[in-house]
Amino acid sequence: MNWLTNFVRPKIRALVGKRDIPENLWQSCPNCEKMIHHKDLVENLYICNQCNYHFRLDPTTRLNILFGKEEYNIIEIKNSFDDPLKFKDKKSYINRLKEYRKKTSHNDALSFASGNIENEKVIVGVLNFNFMGGSMGNAVGESFVKGVQLSLKEKTPFIIFTASGGARMQEGIISLMQMPRTVAATEILKKNAIPYIVILTNPTTGGVTASFAMLGDVTIAESGSIIGFAGKRVIQDTIREKLPDDFQTAEYLKTHGMVDIVINRKELKSTLSSIIKHLKNN
Amino acid sequence: MYDEDFLDFEQPVIELKKKFDSFLNENPNQHEKNNDLKKKIDDILKKIYSNLTPWQKVQVARHPKRPHTIDYIENLITDFIPLSGDKKYAEDKSIISGIGTFEKRSIMVIGTEKGNSTETRIKHNFGMAKPEGYRKVQRLYRLADKFNLPILTFVDTAGAFPGKEAEERGQSEAIANSISVSLNIKTPIISTIIGEGGSGGAIALATADKVLMLENSVYSVISPEGCASILWRDPNMVKQAANALNLTASNCSRLGVIDEIIPELPGGAHRNYNQTFVDVKKSINNNLQELLKINEEDLVSLRNEKYLNITSNLNQLP
Ligand SMILES: [Zn+2]
Repeated sequence: MNWLTNFVRPKIRALVGKRDIPENLWQSCPNCEKMIHHKDLVENLYICNQCNYHFRLDPTTRLNILFGKEEYNIIEIKNSFDDPLKFKDKKSYINRLKEYRKKTSHNDALSFASGNIENEKVIVGVLNFNFMGGSMGNAVGESFVKGVQLSLKEKTPFIIFTASGGARMQEGIISLMQMPRTVAATEILKKNAIPYIVILTNPTTGGVTASFAMLGDVTIAESGSIIGFAGKRVIQDTIREKLPDDFQTAEYLKTHGMVDIVINRKELKSTLSSIIKHLKNN
Repeated sequence: MYDEDFLDFEQPVIELKKKFDSFLNENPNQHEKNNDLKKKIDDILKKIYSNLTPWQKVQVARHPKRPHTIDYIENLITDFIPLSGDKKYAEDKSIISGIGTFEKRSIMVIGTEKGNSTETRIKHNFGMAKPEGYRKVQRLYRLADKFNLPILTFVDTAGAFPGKEAEERGQSEAIANSISVSLNIKTPIISTIIGEGGSGGAIALATADKVLMLENSVYSVISPEGCASILWRDPNMVKQAANALNLTASNCSRLGVIDEIIPELPGGAHRNYNQTFVDVKKSINNNLQELLKINEEDLVSLRNEKYLNITSNLNQLP
């Protein structure tokens, strides 16, 4: 596809008024700034065709790519309450929640679905970075536990895609409690030998990394993802020395022995399928 | 009796204390008047300490003279044998650990230590542990499990150390697995938050059957300073952040996050060492006696149930 067709076609489509075209047809790569046409981006599973940057995915896109469009079932998990602390900073937390619910059409930052990878039924959780930075509060913790219980009930492998800035500060100490809570849920998987596979995506930091995200039977990281406990700036301010350019990237973590596999998104489905097959073979 | 490290909100005490000192200098034998002044100071401290704001409690919790893990071990544990190292990489001195006797029973004791002088603060890395520290905790938890030793932890940390090497050696994995190991131990675990319970660094040592908290300690997902600068984008909003975070012992108790508050005398633990040790010892021992009645299997499943359901009933808050 040459520059001209790429550039001209959208205009024509705009004239005929086709509705399923997103308004922003050209997106610049956050890494190399190349302008990429939406269609190319979709075809390439939201990977920059110049620098291999993996764009962040919302849960729907993630599930569509993993299972195929409409070939999975969303698992509705109802959360029991909002804003237990009546938290208010510059804005009230309850209003923030309303805004993000409207913006993302998700109830909170963790969604679940069930579907098949090859012929194996799996439960998949996806953390949504677009929902308050994928932060973990009571709703995420509660959903995680319920997702695990469902996985136990149906004896299906449990897969989770992480993307999170860490704990949800607006839930104060309650958010910290989701660390042992989600870890306790992973203990259920462990005891029942249910495969638990974590896919770390960009970015995964703080309390999510330091709890369920680091406890998978197999840990996969999408290429280039930033994964860590403390933020780069906090570390830089503490130790006052320059950090390597690839600090906290998926590749860097693999070098330091913290993840099993660094993967290109295009290889993910087949790799997952093989791993599950082996873990459930005998 | 009154040390010189006054906090800003203790201003009225400082003035009285000055008066008291100079009066004592000039009239060393006027006991009655001296006692009057002393009582006045006590009354004011009582008044101040019965109404501390969350931010003031943060200051008390961080008071440099507040009893630290080292002090609790010295006063609560006899024939203490320190045990060191994760046997993988290094010894992390921000966490002190060992076996000893508590109320005639052999136990494992582990706690974060901040240090109390420039030299010891550096030695203990200000109480901020690295992965090797949390891996030492895991090793000693397993040791305790093997030999049926109850585990007592003391938590006083601003958080896990944020550093390049800590990240490289897997700070996240180390914390996550400390929590995981805690959930599998067959002996009682009692954690006492004695000062600052800072985020992931605290929960790594506070996933326990019973979590006790000294009255003026704080337990939080982020420091008020960090919260103010992230959410308010204004580091001066620490008081508002401290209020909003629900980090005091009474907040944590109301939310069902901790099991018991250990009261402090007016003026705080740093002015009342001996009584603090007596009260902490009593509280730990009462809880330990109760936990020892539960069989191993039930203990593990109760602990796991506790955390699976923690914060799940907050819609029914009183
Ligand atoms: Zn690019």
